[in-house]
Amino acid sequence: MLKKIAKSYELYLLMLPTLIYFAIFQYGPIYGVQIAFKQYTIPKGITGSPWVGFEQFERFFSSYQFWNLLQNTLLISLYELALFPIPILLALLLNQLTSQRFRKLVQTVTYAPHFISVVVMVGMLYLFLSPSKGIINQVLMLLGFEPVFFLAEPEWFKTVFVFSGVWQNAGFSMIIYIAALAGISPELHEAAVMDGASKARRIWHIDLPGIMPTVMILLILNIGQFMSIGFEKVYLMQNAVNISSSEIIQTYVYKAGLLNAQYSYSTAIGLFNSLISFILLLAVNMTARKLDQTSLW
Amino acid sequence: MLMNRSKGDRLFDLLNGAFFLVVLAVVLYPLYFIVIASISDPGKVNTGAVWFWPIDMTLEGYRKIFEHEALWNGYRNSALYTLVGTAINVALLMTGGYALSRKDVPGRNIITLLIVFTMFFQGGIIPTYLIVRDLGMLNTIWALVIPNAVSVYHLIVVRTYFETTIPLEMLEASKVDGCNNTRFFLRIVLPLSLPIIAVMVLFSAVVHWNSYFSALIYLRDESMYPLQMVLREILVRNSAQELMNVEDMAAQQDFSELIKYGVVIVSSLPVLILYPFVQRYFIKGVMIGSIKG
Repeated sequence: MLKKIAKSYELYLLMLPTLIYFAIFQYGPIYGVQIAFKQYTIPKGITGSPWVGFEQFERFFSSYQFWNLLQNTLLISLYELALFPIPILLALLLNQLTSQRFRKLVQTVTYAPHFISVVVMVGMLYLFLSPSKGIINQVLMLLGFEPVFFLAEPEWFKTVFVFSGVWQNAGFSMIIYIAALAGISPELHEAAVMDGASKARRIWHIDLPGIMPTVMILLILNIGQFMSIGFEKVYLMQNAVNISSSEIIQTYVYKAGLLNAQYSYSTAIGLFNSLISFILLLAVNMTARKLDQTSLW
Repeated sequence: MLMNRSKGDRLFDLLNGAFFLVVLAVVLYPLYFIVIASISDPGKVNTGAVWFWPIDMTLEGYRKIFEHEALWNGYRNSALYTLVGTAINVALLMTGGYALSRKDVPGRNIITLLIVFTMFFQGGIIPTYLIVRDLGMLNTIWALVIPNAVSVYHLIVVRTYFETTIPLEMLEASKVDGCNNTRFFLRIVLPLSLPIIAVMVLFSAVVHWNSYFSALIYLRDESMYPLQMVLREILVRNSAQELMNVEDMAAQQDFSELIKYGVVIVSSLPVLILYPFVQRYFIKGVMIGSIKG
């Protein structure tokens, strides 16, 4: 064994920088999570600060923002999850396009928005959704409706957030399903055509079952990220008027922790958030395995 | 085959084609609108006169943008951060990915497990911030390029690529020739991995170019702000008014919108220019990842 280790010393050297990175910047913070159970102060540091048990968590659970934060976080997550089938549907339909060139064109165009930065994306939302000058409201007014200030009304926030995400990322998410579809044996389709199956039936009975393993894996991964909404975008879309609907756990962690320097308190809130995600992931993966579907492990 | 397409299938194809025409329009129109709005008279844009082509063409917005010192400073900073960040990302991905792909390395599975675990459970932003601060990285370029130096997902993709493309016989043969592991990696493995290197360079570069949050957390000095932070000021925090001296208040408001449309174009230019050339590599990258996630 030792001999084997000694023999591959060069390979360990090659992975050393990567290992150091994970030790410091991934496991370091995991070690640092203990301040959630402490009263962290800068002079005493992580190890020296006194333990306070679950005090930080209790403070969060009894704070007046708690239910609002949890509700916003869950609602946005559920909203996104409900739209999870959109890229699947697009891929199934795109796969049926008869013209190769048209198919390529659609693919190239639809995943271009993925490369727009969050800042520019939110900037575009402000431009297009502006109450008097934005193009969306111009259309509404032409049709005889009252203009809506989408980014200032709490009830519109989640919809704007989620659907702008679909516009930006549906095309990109589609690629992986298209790859899976390409792996389905053409013989299956030929046989079905012989039997007189229509396109719709072939999608339902051949394509969909064929990409089901991919769908399951992505669904599980998605649920593993359930509580981590793209909060960089949420933060940019927030303003004083829509805050009741747009404040989520992660933006609150950032504000309480870094802007107000309540390190222990916000670490506890962050830990609460990631624990929920982690438990969800384990639960979903276990269910998938029980149902005899594809699972992560 | 085409001969015996049923009536239903032909209807299906027709509707399907029409549907994707709509999809194309929905994706393209906003992008096209930004282009025409950035060169039209802002008064016309804001009263809803501009729909399909520019009206009363003007390059005034772009002229103002070119005079905007902070924007160009941000451009230079972002170029530097992207270059350094991408170099670090790719160097670690290749060395780490290759070492982890070798089945003869003792402990490889447990190391991989520990790495993948961090994909699903993290310490969070506050503990990460404390480490970056304690290492004295605050307000330096290192805070932007080191704490996110390796993406677990990309590392697994690279590892899978090596596992499936470098034949074991090649290693055996080179060993017989007295070639050690380091030389094998540098002389044989790397030259065979140009496609995956290209994919990873592109993925990393786009992430660095587009990121703003690390800068928001770790940078204090405004002269160090990357492009996205400057854009946040202009596009999101409505500070476009500051960069011009127009007397009339209403005209000033109109004008700020014009500048915003132009800024969207100018800031996305590097990605827009590269996109047609590199897009097939992006597809390839996602495909490789999908072999085994």
